[in-house]
Amino acid sequence: MIALLRRDLRLAIRAGGGFGLGVAFFLILCALVPFGVGPDTAALQPIAPGILWLGALLACLLSLDRIFALDHEDGSLDLLATSPLPLEGAVAIKALAHWITTGLPLIVAAPLFGILLHLPGAAVPALLASLLLGTPALSMLGAFGAAVTVGLRRGGLLLSLLVLPLYIPTLIFGTEMIRRGQEGGDTGTPLLFLAGITAGVLAVIPFAAAAALRVNLR
Amino acid sequence: MTLLAVQDLAVARGGLRTVEGVSFALDAGQALILRGPNGIGKTTLLRAVAGLQPPVAGRIEMADDAVAYAAHADGLKGALTVTENLAFWAQIFGGGDVAGAIAAMDLTGLAHRPAAALSAGQKRRLGLARLMVARRPLWVLDEPTVSLDAASVARFAAMVRGHLAQGGAALIATHIDLGLDAGVLDLTPYRARADSTARPAGFNEAFA
Repeated sequence: MIALLRRDLRLAIRAGGGFGLGVAFFLILCALVPFGVGPDTAALQPIAPGILWLGALLACLLSLDRIFALDHEDGSLDLLATSPLPLEGAVAIKALAHWITTGLPLIVAAPLFGILLHLPGAAVPALLASLLLGTPALSMLGAFGAAVTVGLRRGGLLLSLLVLPLYIPTLIFGTEMIRRGQEGGDTGTPLLFLAGITAGVLAVIPFAAAAALRVNLR
Repeated sequence: MTLLAVQDLAVARGGLRTVEGVSFALDAGQALILRGPNGIGKTTLLRAVAGLQPPVAGRIEMADDAVAYAAHADGLKGALTVTENLAFWAQIFGGGDVAGAIAAMDLTGLAHRPAAALSAGQKRRLGLARLMVARRPLWVLDEPTVSLDAASVARFAAMVRGHLAQGGAALIATHIDLGLDAGVLDLTPYRARADSTARPAGFNEAFA
């Protein structure tokens, strides 16, 4: 399992791996919004939590179809399915690799990009906590969508249609948490919901995604 | 010791049966060559044996985790070197001798080249070297000699012979003569009958 994680990370870092693509997209979005809505604090501050979470979500979506599509094309997925590694484990590891290459850089960069959106400093802990708790669910749900659409030509659009509705709860509670952090309110409730959604997703999705992969490999 | 026993097997592709009523057994040290015209269902049968798709009817009996499968795609990552590719599969399949496998397939001089820079035949040799590091008793090979030159085919045949001598077995779909002391199973007589197309593989393949 460690070998699979190491290989995926190595592939992401080498040429053409797409490491940093998500952060670059996130940066572009956060930099463009002030041009679009105007640079006033009054205009930017209320929408900052939503923009930050939407940016993270779309940046995550950008690299989802690579999770299984490349391995399917070169035959690695067939070989992984015949290997001693349980397919559920392979799904979990590939989602983890996606999170490390996409989610983790977003979390590190988010406080910086928050400044572009006039996010007050008091909201940064809530921003970091919400992304830290929420983005693993994005990667795992994305792995499920990628497993369902693997082998389809131009599966990326279908993947977005499948996955984005599943992201809604995470989006709602993630933005709510930052908003409450901004206003100095109690962030406990959205934090618990966010943690609960992620825990449930991490527990269930590897099995669902592995089942989808088995059907698609036939 | 019987490594693989197939009884009255029927497989389907795209919802239609391809071959049916196939039975054979492979003991340790034996190889079986599958032959038959294009589209008869050799690949589908091999995928069923490898556990990648369920058979429509019949039984496939073998030990768990016994199969090393090699098909048209070699499962190589172009960004990784020859050694890295092979070491990855060795780790996944529980460790074999990477350097030995590289030497056996005459890839030593290329060990540090990225796989993307290899020719088609060299990639194939690397894909076949994976079989040696997988350390599985039963090799299920789908057209293993595609894009190999004559010397590489001989090298591959020697590799299969070595595997059989060590108590392994091989099920190979190929159209060329590997010079192996192997049984030949022609699938042509097992082609699914025309009337059996009226019996779909399942009422809904996705939920079967």
